[in-house]
This record gives sequence, structure tokens and C-alpha cells, in this order.
Amino acid sequence: MAKTVSFNLNGRKVSIEADGTRMLAYVLRGDLGLTGTKIGCGEGLCGACTVLVDGEAVRSCSTPLSAVAGKAVTTIEGLELDGALHPVQEAFLSHGAYQCGFCTPGMILSTVALLQKTPKPDRQRVAEALDGNLCRCGAHVRILAAVEAAAGKGGAR
Amino acid sequence: MNRRDFLKATGAFGLFVTFPLSASFQEPEKPAERPGYPKDFNAYLRIGPDGRVGCFVGKIEMGQGAMTALAMLAAEELDVPLERVDMLMGDTDLCPWDQGTWGSLSVWQFGPVLRGAAAEARAVLLQLAAERLGAPVERLQVQAGIVSVTGAPTRRVGYGELVQGQRIEKHLADVKVKPVSQFTQVGKDAPRKDGRAKVTGTAKFAADILPAGTLQACLLRPPAHGAKLLSVDTSDAEKLPGVRVLRDGDLVAVLHARPDGAREALGRVKATYQPSPSTVDDKSIFEHLLKVAPPARELAAKGSLPVGEALAVRRLDATYLNGYVAHAPMEPHTAVAQWDKGRMTVWASTQAPFLLKGQLVQALGLKPKEVRVITPYLGGGFGGKGGCPPALEAARLAKLAGVPVQVTWSRQEEFFLDTFRPAAVVKLRAGLDKDGRVAFWEHHVYAAGDQEAQSVYDLPHQLIQSSGGWMGGNPPGLHPFAIGAWRAPAANTNVHASESHMDALAALAKMDPMEFRLKHLKNPRMIGVLQVAAKAFGWTPKAGPSGRGFGVACADHRDTLVAAMAEVAVDRKTGQVKVKRVVVAQDMGVVVNPDGARQQVEGCVTMGLGYALSEEVRFKNGKVLDENFDTYQIPRFAQVPKIQTILIDNPDLPAQGGGEPAIVVMGALIANAIHDAVGIRLLQLPMTPERVKEALKA
Repeated sequence: MAKTVSFNLNGRKVSIEADGTRMLAYVLRGDLGLTGTKIGCGEGLCGACTVLVDGEAVRSCSTPLSAVAGKAVTTIEGLELDGALHPVQEAFLSHGAYQCGFCTPGMILSTVALLQKTPKPDRQRVAEALDGNLCRCGAHVRILAAVEAAAGKGGAR
Repeated sequence: MNRRDFLKATGAFGLFVTFPLSASFQEPEKPAERPGYPKDFNAYLRIGPDGRVGCFVGKIEMGQGAMTALAMLAAEELDVPLERVDMLMGDTDLCPWDQGTWGSLSVWQFGPVLRGAAAEARAVLLQLAAERLGAPVERLQVQAGIVSVTGAPTRRVGYGELVQGQRIEKHLADVKVKPVSQFTQVGKDAPRKDGRAKVTGTAKFAADILPAGTLQACLLRPPAHGAKLLSVDTSDAEKLPGVRVLRDGDLVAVLHARPDGAREALGRVKATYQPSPSTVDDKSIFEHLLKVAPPARELAAKGSLPVGEALAVRRLDATYLNGYVAHAPMEPHTAVAQWDKGRMTVWASTQAPFLLKGQLVQALGLKPKEVRVITPYLGGGFGGKGGCPPALEAARLAKLAGVPVQVTWSRQEEFFLDTFRPAAVVKLRAGLDKDGRVAFWEHHVYAAGDQEAQSVYDLPHQLIQSSGGWMGGNPPGLHPFAIGAWRAPAANTNVHASESHMDALAALAKMDPMEFRLKHLKNPRMIGVLQVAAKAFGWTPKAGPSGRGFGVACADHRDTLVAAMAEVAVDRKTGQVKVKRVVVAQDMGVVVNPDGARQQVEGCVTMGLGYALSEEVRFKNGKVLDENFDTYQIPRFAQVPKIQTILIDNPDLPAQGGGEPAIVVMGALIANAIHDAVGIRLLQLPMTPERVKEALKA
């Protein structure tokens, strides 16, 4: 049933009147208008809906709204600071680490979470961290290169 | 930049449009059955007072990079910097007609049209400049959209200034496009125009477009293909607040302001069905295809098979199998339709907005001018979004509901309603003569289609035949569900068989597979790509199986020639195949954006690993058993090999397509490398660990 859920979204406090069992992805996209978060499978199997909750990469299509009460949620829209891209976004851009772009927000957020925990991951660690993020276009080799470049440039901002 | 910003930037709201709108540009009252590309360059190009070039094309951007490559072609011919070209794509009101974005045609087929238009526009601009500057055209030069008099650089005028306030009716015939030798932008790596929007999440896809008051619709689907609806009870769904139920003939839809609300309501709809009459499954399908496929059509014949067979001292027959493969784009099919003041506007994830417009006109009984299709960014297509059924569903519902309606397929719907790459069978019969050359070659493909069935080798006695295919003309019941084009349709299936078979013949002849291929090739371009790939890969001749796990395969896909080499490791215990590295050499003529072309090759290799090793749609009695990415396994990071791409410099051939060629070799490439590693020849794709283990046991 609808009740007020408050959390920090991209650095700003939001309070929303909604059923806490609703999945975060739909609230972000529909109720809050942040369409950068994509829904690709609806069951937490593709990673397109990845957002950060207190710095952890989670699948927002299978995270209930109530689970983020009082926490900090970061979406792709929250990475740019005063017009400057996040180092991970910069690395994806300069490496052409995207094609259709549908998986890209989730890929970038999973990478940000990885580099915050493991600033210099080896390739195997990157592959493990991004295993749940699917890309159908086959941008993988570029994404791996972008993640490594971002790690080298302090992608853990 | 989103569409609105683009329109602001280029002033398409009447601020600057100084070229007259040509008739072909406006909504045609009675469109031809199959319109062609308009001849008037104004249909493609508009120049703003600031000199920015608006480039309007009916193609769409789905990740393949057409937005950037086409902008480069326009920029090159006009002599303006790439960053000053703004692309507007896939809008049937604003863009000139296009057949659809597929088949690697954007650069190869449409590129020359756009170049021609831009070259003519430049020539007209130069004439205007000549009048303005009082100097003959021959004395003028253009740099970055500024025309100046050679030797008198202060006598100059920009395109924007030239065009402002004028109506240009002028057209010039027989304007030549630039020769390759004068290219300053084409052929150099360019940053993609869609980059910033995609890394910031501001790129809009169809599901992101939500006109005020949009309702989300979920449609009732049968549990199996061929299952007939007997009864439906929507009363439980209707009890949920905010839910509307709409029925229109066979269509049963629940609508809600939120997508999760609509999905929840659909879960409360009770329906009963007559079971599907379909009896085939993913194991019995191949026998079924052979039984039901239409009669053979001859695609090519040379010499005489009986003569060739008489020359054969050793023979090799094999039957190659491919299962159904899903497109599985990360973005599910989506459309939002708005019915407003007698006009239907549909934002749809489609590769063919003009085709869809025609379908909407027909389905809704509207006039062409009453329908507009707008294609935002597509989250992958791969041939699966040639049509867009949810657009027709959304449009029907929007008319009924009186509010905008969005239909977004769930992943389960995506796997159920996809137009799969058809399961197929290829029967190959061949033999070697006493000199170890191919004496005869018979290739018969069932259910896949014709593309690249013909051999790239110089074979004196051969017969190539095809029975049925993805393009249609199949007897009813050949496939238990919809099939269609899948990235390089039919070519993947045909080349898997033919290049596997050439490899098997090389092993039979105890020859190095690369040398065996060269021995049968006359085409210098094909020989060239093989040699370039071999050098980069470090190929040394050895007959297979050498134990090294090296594979080779090559193909000619619509005149783009590709050779690939791979190194694999096979785990005999688990049956797992690890592809360690892939080298691709590609001759695609002039390369417009080399970095974009390399991205396409990498995409082909990576996507190709899926159909080679893990992807296969399982089904039974009309039910699709793979419903999401937990069981339908597409390639992931841990499986991706090192990929090296070499693009051959070939300025003598116009630019060919690059979105498909490298994927067609992937099945055979990996099969050949597995054979080289452990001596087993797998004839069925995908080569799953179970199939590898089984073959190792035999």
C-alpha cells in the first residue's frame, strides 16, 4: 500500500508516495522521470537497470522501493558533476565502449561500483564484476579497455 | 542532443529553411508502391544561418554507427567539419523515404545517394558564392563551410550567409562526387555522434518517450504458438484501481498508468486455451524441415556432378544443422502511439519507419498524411526489428482509449514473439580427386535461404540448391513460429556448412587448411584477406588436427571479403570451448569510419560466438522454453576473446557494408578450431559443452 518512502537520489532528498513493494526501476523511470535507467529483462538477468544503492551495484528492476528507504541511490543521471563527465563515462566515450547504448548506463554504473571497491582490477575481476551486465552488440572488448583506462585514471571518483 | 535541441539548433521551425521544400519532401498524397530516394538534395540537407548542416535521412541508428558514417559522407562532400553536421534520422514527416536499415546497406547503397546530394548542394553553393564574390567558380575554394577566392582569402562567404534569405531553386546535373584521393575526413577515425548521449543516459529510446497521459498496455498472449483462445475473464484485473481493459477482436489488453501496474493486472486475467497442434520440438525439427521444405531451387551449377564424382577418389558427405536463434536485442520491442486531431504519431523501435508507416496506414484505414512514425535510438536490431508489432498494437489501443498508449514487450514476450533465425539443414556432398583437389561439390540448404550458399572457391563441378528460407515462400507449418532476418540472414548457416566442409576436406587431403583454401581460390581479394589474416595471426602450415586449436574460415558477403583465424582451447572434461583470440582481415572497399568498422567487426565476432557455442531456442508443442537470459545464453565478458581487426586499404572499390560480414564465418571458424584442437568435427550449432563431450566420447 502507498506510503511515503524517502531516500537520497543523485545527491538530493526525495520523498515519494508509493507502494513500497514496487520495483525501483519503474519508480525511477515513471514516477521520477529518470529514463536513463533501462529495463531489458525485468528479472535482474541483464543488468540494464543497474543503479548504485549506497555505492553497491543493484538491479533496480528487482529491488523493491522499500529497500532503498533512507539510502543513497545513484543513477546514470547523477554521475555528471557540474557538466563534467565521470571518469568512467569519459573512458566509455573515448574508447567507443558502446554501440546501441541500451546497456551502457548499467555498464557504467557497475563499473563505478567495481572501481570504488577495487581501484585496479585485473581483467578477470572486471569480467566477474560485469558478468551480469549483458551487451548484445558485442562492445565487450571496448568496455574492458574502457574499464581498465578508467581504473588507471582514478575512475573511483 | 535530443530531437528538440536538434530542431532548435538547426532552426527547423522556420527560422532558416531557405531551400524550398521540394514536393518529394512533403507528405505525398498518394505514395508510390515503393517510392525511391528523392532526387532533390533539399530532401537530405538544410543549411542554417550559422552554417550548421542538418542532414535528414530515413535510416535509423541502432548501434551500428550509421549516424556517424552518413554524417561523415555529407561532411566530406560539402567540405564542412563533421561536428557541424546534425543528423535527424527515421522520422517519416521530416526525412526522405527509405526502405529500411538492414543488410549492411546504409553506406554501400544509400551512401552514394547522400554523397550525390551533398556534392550537388556544394556545387550550387559554389555558384551562389561565385555570384556573391564576383569570381568564377574555378577560382573558388571551400574550407570548413567557408567559400573563398583562391589567392584572396579576405573575399569569402560562409554557407550559412549564402543561403540566408534566399530561395534556391537551382539544381545542377551530373555533379561528380569527390574522388577518394581528395578525401579529408572519410577514412579517418571519427568519434561517434551518439556518444555523449549514450554515456550520459540522455539518449532516448522508444520506451523513454511518454506523452502526457500515456497509458501502458500489456496484451494477453497465448501460452504456445497455435494455441487458440477459448475463454477470457478480466474481472479480477478490473478490480485493481486505475486499470482499464480493452478488447478489439483478438486483442485483449489491460492498461494502467504504470508499466508495473499493467503487468500486475495482466497477471490477474484468466484465460483458457485449446492446446497448440504443434508437435515438433528442437530435436525433431530437422527431420521435419527436410520432410516439409519446398522443392529445391538451383542457385548455381557448373560442370557436371557425375563427371566430378567419377573423378573423386575420396568422398565426404555431411549434414550440418543449425537451431533457431533469437535476436535478443537488449531493448525489447516498444512503441508509443498518440492519436491526436485525426493524426496518428507513433514512436517505435523499428529498423524500417517507412515500412511501418505503410502498415499503420493499412491497418488503421488512415491516409498516409495522417500517420507519422518517429524512430528514436534503437537498442539493437540485428534484423529483428524490421517490423514492429507493438506499434500496430499501440496504435489500435490509442484510438480505442483516446489517450496515448505505450506497448513494451516483456523479455518473455520478446522470446515468444521474435522472428527467429530459422533452424536449418545443409547437406553437403563433395569429393577429392587424385591430386587432392575438390572434384565435385554439392550444397543443398533447407529452410535457411540462399545468401552465400554459393562457393567462394573455384570448383569445376558443382551444384548449389536451396529449399525455402527466411524470406518466405514456405509451405504452412514449416516452422512452428515466426522466422525472419537475423544479422546476415542465411549466410551464417550456409558458410558454417561450406567452410566446415572445406576444412574437413583439407584434413582428408592431409593438407594445411589455409593452403588447401588457397589452392582452390582465384579471387585475388580473397587470397589477400587470407594472407593478411595469416600474417597477423602467426599461422604456420600444418595439417589438422594439429592440436594447436587453430581455425580458419573465409567468406564473401555482398562483396565484402572477410577471412578470420581463431585459437581455441577445449576442456575435454567439461566440454567447454574457450576462444582465446580471433584475427579478422576484412576488405570492404573504401572504409568510411575505420573505428566504426572495427567496432562492427568486434560486434560480429562477439555476437557470433553466441550462435557458435551457446545460443539455441528450445521449444516443444508451440511453447518457447527459453524465456529469459538465465537459460538463453548470450556471450558474456568472460567468454570474449582478444580480437584483432585488420581493414584492407582498397580505395578502388566503393564502400561496402561492414555490419554483417565478419559474423558469417564464426560458426565454421570455431568448429574448425575445435577440430584442430581435439580432432572432433561438430556438425550441429551451437557447439555446447554437452555436444562437445558427446563427440569426444564417440
